Amino acid sequence: MHELGVVFHVIDSLKKVAAENGVEQISKVTLQLGEVSTVIPSYLADCWKWASAREPLVNGAELLIEPIKAISWCEDCQKQYGTIEHGRECPYCGGGNTYLLQGNEFMIKEIEVPGPEEESHG
Amino acid sequence: MDKVRVIEVKQSVFADNDAEAERIRRQLKEKKTFLINLMSSPGAGKTTTLKRTIADLKDEIRIGVMEADIDATVDAEAIAAAGAKAIQIHTGGMCHLDAGMTEQGLQEIGAEDFDLVVLENVGNLVCPAEFDTGASRNVAILSVPEGHDKPLKYPLMFQVCQALVINKIDVLPYFDFDMDKVVSYAKMRNPAIEIFPVSAKTGEGFDAWENWLRTETAAWNS
Repeated sequence: MHELGVVFHVIDSLKKVAAENGVEQISKVTLQLGEVSTVIPSYLADCWKWASAREPLVNGAELLIEPIKAISWCEDCQKQYGTIEHGRECPYCGGGNTYLLQGNEFMIKEIEVPGPEEESHG
Repeated sequence: MDKVRVIEVKQSVFADNDAEAERIRRQLKEKKTFLINLMSSPGAGKTTTLKRTIADLKDEIRIGVMEADIDATVDAEAIAAAGAKAIQIHTGGMCHLDAGMTEQGLQEIGAEDFDLVVLENVGNLVCPAEFDTGASRNVAILSVPEGHDKPLKYPLMFQVCQALVINKIDVLPYFDFDMDKVVSYAKMRNPAIEIFPVSAKTGEGFDAWENWLRTETAAWNS
């Protein structure tokens, strides 16, 4: 539901990263998105298409979304299980003493910019 | 030679917003202004609850209200009539407020002139919970007709709130709303959450809610 707002946050962050690295054009952005991050990948891609066309820095840039599986941990069983399949209820003991280990992330992993590699430092 | 250069970023999308929110909180602490981020579904009774709270507390606490509902002129007028200054924050049709929009609102209202500022967030139990606004405390309002299962369906909202107001208890006899269940579901998400069953219509339960607000405001501003 808030994918467009999220895309604006991504673009703002990219502008800062670009300024820090002296980058004027970004050709590809890789995001990591947890399965239970509340952001829906297809909506995100649509909003990206709309918003990126309006920002010269990322105009035409490809968006790659890497999913991160949602995994929960049961304190009572000391076991992990898939959150999407079983929710908050542990499939082993049926209890609710569980918490999310991973899967709510929303990260900018990396960007690609056109042009040659920087001169080697080694 | 490869014609692209890869720059590793590894940064949470919300990192900038979180940093800005922390800065707002520090500034509010210095200005001695307590900021509440009030969240609920549309129709849970944010405005009615605020109106009664303002009428009861306006002689002891200087209260300001920032309205973020998409078209909240009606709400802003109702708040002003209850005796508090109200401004409208423009969200540009967004489903939530972020720290940047909150800061603009705080400047417009003149936060330093108030002991307590209430940010009436967009009516929505999902998106507002994702964004730290810089508020001192988060408060959710859940109303009886919405049902006692909401903490299970919208866990993040109940996890990020320090207080939960359960409104419209005057209609409890007409709904299958289980108060014990909602309390246990909310505490499952957040064991420290303070829960205040109230009726904004009759005023029942408002003493406990207003005492919490009074104590928290005084503690933040001390």
